[in-house]
Amino acid sequence: MQATALLERHRALGARLVEFAGWEMPVQYRGIIEEHRAVRQRAGVFDLSHMGELHVTGRAAGAALAYALATDPPSLAIGRAHYSMICAPDGGVIDDLIVYRLAEDHFLVVANAGNRAVVADELRARLAGFDAALDDASLRTSLVAIQGPRALKVLAPLTGVDLASLRYYAIAEGRVAGVPALVARTGYTGEDGFECFVAWDEGPAVFDALLSAGAPEEVQPVGLGARDTLRLEAGMPLYGNELGRDTTPFDAGLGRVVKFAKPGDFVGRAALAAAQERGRSKALVGLIVRGRGIARHGYPVHEPGAEAACGTVTSGTQSPTLGEPIAMAYVPPRAADAGTMLEVAIRETRVPAEVVALPFYRRPA
Amino acid sequence: MNVDVREDLLYTDEHEWLRVEGETGVVGITAFAAEQLGDVVFVELPQVGRTLERAETFGVVESVKAVSDLFSPVAGQVLEVNTELVSRPELLDSDPYGAGWIVRLRIADEGATTELKDAAAYRALIGA
Repeated sequence: MQATALLERHRALGARLVEFAGWEMPVQYRGIIEEHRAVRQRAGVFDLSHMGELHVTGRAAGAALAYALATDPPSLAIGRAHYSMICAPDGGVIDDLIVYRLAEDHFLVVANAGNRAVVADELRARLAGFDAALDDASLRTSLVAIQGPRALKVLAPLTGVDLASLRYYAIAEGRVAGVPALVARTGYTGEDGFECFVAWDEGPAVFDALLSAGAPEEVQPVGLGARDTLRLEAGMPLYGNELGRDTTPFDAGLGRVVKFAKPGDFVGRAALAAAQERGRSKALVGLIVRGRGIARHGYPVHEPGAEAACGTVTSGTQSPTLGEPIAMAYVPPRAADAGTMLEVAIRETRVPAEVVALPFYRRPA
Repeated sequence: MNVDVREDLLYTDEHEWLRVEGETGVVGITAFAAEQLGDVVFVELPQVGRTLERAETFGVVESVKAVSDLFSPVAGQVLEVNTELVSRPELLDSDPYGAGWIVRLRIADEGATTELKDAAAYRALIGA
């Protein structure tokens, strides 16, 4: 199992450690619900050093990524980022990504920990023939995030980066706690927040600095358990649950990611165009369980009275913010309209669940 | 590890406890189990009157992260269930040996409790 530079910090903070995508990571420190609420109400600090950081550089870096990914990275202004996907030739999703443009000829691609090797290999193959090179900096990079309404207030005194003028999905170079860093206004919680990419060995210093600067604001360390409930409330997909090789971006309601208008061919273009033309065969919906029980990953979804299942729950939990059981599920498009009543098979019982618009939670403006 | 294990209870390998009170017994989950589960958010209770075999699943405890079955420590009939847990599942965590009790059983075969662990054996099981 791999360890981030912060493992000893997690141990000292009393974290419960679990294996996640080959990494020994904190699932919780003081409790998932408490950590979840800390992020919604104040802010939380996360070790995300298990994520993959892939740098693509070279004269044709932009063109190479436009060929390799579903989005159009050359359209990004320097210092901006977008949500992207790398698709297989058949249109299935290999991973979802954030692509940051650091310079004219330098992009940072952030991949899920569990897909890092696959994405690196696939990108390397797709970059062949372009004047572009891939550097997998994942094991040289610590990623520490602070997310929540007080994130800006806590981080601002620690950095020279002008956070107030850093836009959502923007990135800037500077220092955090004296350490050279890339500071991005991105996250996976539905809150405002920042992600700090620093050298591997500097991770603990940044983590410590954020926790001490955040102490007066009652900022807490937050584990992967709350990260999952936070992203689920925010309606954000998780690879392996809502996204996978057997899923196209259209199935997941993320067809806007695919930029057919970009010049030139890209991997998956023909299959994705056909998928768009055909219309989706399944649709990702939000569910609120209107009975007793929690709909979990893999539970069957039925239309009322129907013997056969029509769909499957992809993620589900008790929403700490709403106090109700929430889930995401793939169902037939005919059953995807908000207000549709479905049933989730929870053990031996069919429990009613209502289709609702995503996200379940939107932060106050 | 400093985990609350009570001397006056019997334990299963699946972390239920049994407090024998004459011909009846009260069942709950241990402090260790509650701590491992994390925030308990849902408890599914059996019907009063249901007859249980030893080690039969009689309910479910769910935390934010996980689902966990409840196993009956002994054969018996459900006399009473703690309906307070429906609205306050967190009692399992905050008071596992008291207000967080789950069911009261009429014990069918008193001899069956010999297969349960005493406090020392349970402590050894969880490494406490």
